[in-house]
Amino acid sequence: MWAMVVKELRELQRDRRTVAMMVLLPVLLLVIFGYAASFNVHAIPTAVFGPRAPAAAAALHAPFHVVEVSAGAGEAAARSDLRDGTAVAAVVTGPHGVRVLLDGTQLFSAQAAQAALSRAAFSRVPLLRGGVQVSILYDPGLATSWVMVPGLAGLILVFVGTLVTSLGVVRERQAGTLEQLAVMPLRAWDVIAGKILPYLLVAALDLVVIIAIGMGVFGVPFVGNVGVFVLGSALFLLVTLGMGILVSTVSQNQGQAIQLAFMLTLPQVLLSGLIFPLSSMAAGVRWISYVLPLTYFVQLSRGVMLKGAPISTLWLPLALLALLGAAVLGLAVARFRRDLAPGAKRQPALPTPGEAAAP
Amino acid sequence: MMWGLDEVVVRLGGTTVLDRVSLPASPASVSVVVGGDGAGKSTCLRALVGTVVPVRGTVRRPSKARTGYVPATTGFYADMTVTENIAFFARAFGLSGPGLDRRSVGLVERAGLAEARGRLGGRLSGGMQRKLAVVLALLHKPELLVLDEPTTGVDPVSRVELWKLVSAAAADGTAVVVATTYVNEAARAGWVTLLGAGRVLATGHPSDILGAVPGSVGAVAVAGAPPRQPAWRRGPAWRVWAPDGHLPEGAALVEPDFEDAVVVAELAALTPSTGSAGATPGPVVEP
Repeated sequence: MWAMVVKELRELQRDRRTVAMMVLLPVLLLVIFGYAASFNVHAIPTAVFGPRAPAAAAALHAPFHVVEVSAGAGEAAARSDLRDGTAVAAVVTGPHGVRVLLDGTQLFSAQAAQAALSRAAFSRVPLLRGGVQVSILYDPGLATSWVMVPGLAGLILVFVGTLVTSLGVVRERQAGTLEQLAVMPLRAWDVIAGKILPYLLVAALDLVVIIAIGMGVFGVPFVGNVGVFVLGSALFLLVTLGMGILVSTVSQNQGQAIQLAFMLTLPQVLLSGLIFPLSSMAAGVRWISYVLPLTYFVQLSRGVMLKGAPISTLWLPLALLALLGAAVLGLAVARFRRDLAPGAKRQPALPTPGEAAAP
Repeated sequence: MMWGLDEVVVRLGGTTVLDRVSLPASPASVSVVVGGDGAGKSTCLRALVGTVVPVRGTVRRPSKARTGYVPATTGFYADMTVTENIAFFARAFGLSGPGLDRRSVGLVERAGLAEARGRLGGRLSGGMQRKLAVVLALLHKPELLVLDEPTTGVDPVSRVELWKLVSAAAADGTAVVVATTYVNEAARAGWVTLLGAGRVLATGHPSDILGAVPGSVGAVAVAGAPPRQPAWRRGPAWRVWAPDGHLPEGAALVEPDFEDAVVVAELAALTPSTGSAGATPGPVVEP
């Protein structure tokens, strides 16, 4: 038995990635569930408008967190703030009462706001005793499926883009066909594009199917511009495919690729705002969310599908996805090129008909 | 045009794996790289096709479009059929039309794969897989064909069929470079490069290597303890090598064959001073 124990420990010692996963994953999960995974909403970004806005803002207490007060603006500005994601709750004061608009795509924040309002904390303010009319926008029934389907579409794309793509490339390395490709008269870019394109098409098909099922079965609306959604999805796919290629370039076998892809996917599931609201996460953990591409896809897909947000209000997630895509895909392609054409830059231009390489 | 390596040095991970290795590859001839495991054969071939970059020396090779390569793995797609693999390689090399059809049909038939066209590459027998790999490497009529141990683990009949394909390519004018661990395959080559620990131990036509065997080679019957000289088994007898030419008592002088010549070259590389080899038990090689 001891022989087996010693043998296993030796093998484990040499498989550093598995050791890292065994040690880091529990720590990661502890941090996530300790600091990030919370359905409790402590701060709801709130904008207050209308003639009695200053008084109303002064009367608001936690969980409402006033981010904007404008006595000159009205309901149009409130709707605009909710659509743009500037605020999750908007209080519009008027001569005949108060209207509160809530962003239904922020499920837990909206529920927390409803609960806070129902506790009648508001009614203690004399100005507001005339009554409060609450309207939930974008997901009036606060249906979980409405906010989950757009985000889940992104999760599927992460799965196809990162895991399946990395496995496809690593399979070439394990089978020795990558070495064969390297000596074929194919440009490195042709090989990379040829590897990515099929997965891009499959992922795009997956996306269409998921959205169609979401709309057909769960009644999820698609009120925004399809072009913006396609653009955001394409940028997001480039990031995930780049991550897949990157994983494959640092993995010698499919087991390693699965481990690494899993370690890249899990934080995205938990920290992107797909399940737990970003506003509930500790500030020290939330910054991780801001480097995860799924965070921006969730904002984009919910913004376009549920809110009908135009491209002008979604430029930031689009730009950040483009930036992430350029960085990740650029790095992945550079590493993959190195595998395909080792030392290509060190060799002089090769004459025809033969090549003479003298370093 | 003569292809090949000139005084090539390759370092991988801080270790010199090829040290000033030269390897000629002439059109219409077969050049064999022979050596034991870890001798540097595959690295030598990789340097020739460009997947490993030397730190010194010169590599002369045709363009990728005119090079055929079979790596130590098969290099084709196991989950694609023979026909699909041929189609992929043809597209990659820009081949099409009736000329391609004639050539692929001819090669497939010569390789004995005609009945296996619809089978997945991974489902073929080991010998058939190696033959398919060579067929794919020959599809575009390469000027340089580089084969990394194409016959390792292949049954004798398939080895003969493989060598027929290789010989036919050489007869068509292709420069063929083959790495092998089988000494008998090296004996039929036009040029042999014997590698040991990344260095050239002997190089030349097999007859040149045979003619340059230092010292004497003798035969001793297999009985009692192994000889104290550097020795190796050949069938029912020991072969002994006396670097200084003085065979031990009881050893009958024999004319070394190519296999003996290769073993002697490897033993000579292991023996720092040929004059003292007879004083202590020498290295024993069990072929």
